[in-house]
Amino acid sequence: MDSFVTSYVWPAAIMIGQSLLLLVALLIFIAYILLADRKIWAAVQLRRGPNVVGPWGLFQSFADLLKFVFKEPIIPAGANKGVFLLAPLVSVTLALATWAVIPLNEGWMIANINVGILYIFAISSLEVYGIIMGGWASNSKYPFLGALRSAAQMVSYEVSIGFVIVTVLLCVGSLNLSDIVIAQKDGLGTMLGLPSSFLDWHWLALFPMFIIFFISALAETNRPPFDLPEAESELVAGFMVEYGSTPYMMFMLGEYAAICLMCALTTILFLGGWLPPVDVWFLNWIPGIFWFVLKASLVFFMFAMVKAFVPRYRYDQLMRLGWKVFLPISLAMVVIVAFVLKLMGWA
Amino acid sequence: MGLQALFFYLFAFVAVASAFMVIAARNPVHSVLFLILTFFNAAGLFLLTGAEFLAMILLVVYVGAVAVLFLFVVMMLDIDFTELRSGVMEHAPIAALVGLVLAAELIIVVGGSVISPEIAKTAAMPIPPVAERTNTAALGDVLYTNYVYFFQIAGLVLLVAMIGAIVLTMRHRPHIKRQDISRQVARSPETAVEVVKVKPGQGIR
Repeated sequence: MDSFVTSYVWPAAIMIGQSLLLLVALLIFIAYILLADRKIWAAVQLRRGPNVVGPWGLFQSFADLLKFVFKEPIIPAGANKGVFLLAPLVSVTLALATWAVIPLNEGWMIANINVGILYIFAISSLEVYGIIMGGWASNSKYPFLGALRSAAQMVSYEVSIGFVIVTVLLCVGSLNLSDIVIAQKDGLGTMLGLPSSFLDWHWLALFPMFIIFFISALAETNRPPFDLPEAESELVAGFMVEYGSTPYMMFMLGEYAAICLMCALTTILFLGGWLPPVDVWFLNWIPGIFWFVLKASLVFFMFAMVKAFVPRYRYDQLMRLGWKVFLPISLAMVVIVAFVLKLMGWA
Repeated sequence: MGLQALFFYLFAFVAVASAFMVIAARNPVHSVLFLILTFFNAAGLFLLTGAEFLAMILLVVYVGAVAVLFLFVVMMLDIDFTELRSGVMEHAPIAALVGLVLAAELIIVVGGSVISPEIAKTAAMPIPPVAERTNTAALGDVLYTNYVYFFQIAGLVLLVAMIGAIVLTMRHRPHIKRQDISRQVARSPETAVEVVKVKPGQGIR
C-alpha cells in the first residue's frame, strides 16, 4: 500500500498541482494578453481602448468573462446539439493541452517528453477540428463557409510551419524542447569568438525561416491579416456566428491560448527560450521565466501590431502565399540547411 | 504495471467502441468524428508500447490532415443515408468474408509471435532498447541508411500519384482573369499612366 502511494498517488498529485498552477497562470496571462491586444489596437488608431473597468481598464477581461458566463447560451433549432457544444470544448482543451510540454525555464515543464515538438505540432494540427465542427454543427451558411475556409487555411500553413520546424531540428539534432533551447547557447556569435548572447539564437542564423514562421503562425491562429474564417465584412463572424455566451467565450479562449502558444513556440525555436540576452552575471541572476515571458510578450506585441497595421488578405492571395511562396522557400531552406550542416561538419 | 494496464484497457475499449460507432452512426459526419476518436486512441496505444514517434505521426498525418479531408468531403456530399442503408443485407456476406480474411491474417501474425517468440529476433533490423536510443533516432537510422532507396522510391511513387491527381483534375478555362503578381509589381507610373495636358474646350483626341 505504501509503495502504491509513493509510486502513483504522489506523482499524480504533484502533476495535477503543477497543471492547475500552469492553467491559472496561463488564464490570467491570457486575460491580460486580450486587454493588451485591444489597448495596442486602440493606441495605433489614437483611441484609448477599454479604460473604465478598474484602473486603466485592467479588469476589463474579467468583466467580459462574467458577462459571457451569465448570458443565456442559445442553441439554434437546426443545430446538431452535441457537436455544437463539443466544438468549443475541443478547441479550448486542445489549445490548453499543448502547454504541458512548454519549458518555461530550465526543467520547468509538466511533461518532458522526447518528441515534444512533434506533440505540439500534432495537437495544434488538431485545432482545426474545433472550427470545422462548430461551423458544420451550426447548420447555417456563413459558419459553414467560415469553417471550410479555415480548414483549408490551417492545413495549408501547417505544411510550411512543419518545414520551418524541420530546419530548426536539423540545427539542434533533437526533438526535445529543452534541448532546442539549450542548443541556442552557442551559435553564430560564439563561432565569431563572442560570449554567449542573443546573436547565438536561431533567429539570426535562420532569419528567413523566422519570418516565415511568424507569418505562418499568424495564419495558423487565424489572426489578422489572415482572419478569413471570421472575416466580418463577408461572413458576419465566420464559424462563430451562431455562438453566444459561454461557448463563444470558450472559442475566444481557445483562440488566444493558441496565439500564446505560437508566441511561446517562436520564443523556444528562434529566440532562445529562457536564456538571457547576454551571458553576464546580473542577467543570469534574473530567473529564466522572466526572459521567457518577456520574449513571448514581445512576439505577441508584434502579433497585435500586425493586426492594427495590415489590411485583410484576399482568400486566393492567402492560398498563393502559402503554397507558392512559403512552401518552396521553406522546402529549399531545408535542403540548403541540411547541406550546409553536412558540408561544414556541424551536424 | 497496474496503471499501464488500466490505460491500455481504457484506450482499447474506447478505440473498439468508437470503431463500432463509425459504422453504426446514422450521420456520416458523426462517423468521421468517431473515426478520429479511434485514431486518437490508437495513438494512445502506440504511446503505451513506447512508440512515441509513431503515435505523434499518426496524429499529425491521419488526424491532422487525412481526416480533415474526409470530413471536408463528407460535409460537402449530399448523401441520403436511408437509401444507402437499404443495401446492407445484400453486401453482408462479402463484407463478412473480407472481415474473416483480415481477422485470420491478424491471428496468424499475432499467434506466430506468441507461439515462437524467437521469430521476432530473426528480423533484419533488431529494435534497440528504448533507454539506449530514442525510437525517433532508431527509425531514422534504419530508414535513411539501410533502406534509403526504398524510402526514396516510396516518395517518388507518392509524387507521381500527386502529379497524376493534379493533371487529372486540372482544367484550363481560357476566359478567366487571373492575378499575375509579377506583372503587377513590374508596373510603374511610366508604363501605366500617361499625363496629358488638356486645353480647355478641346478634350482629348
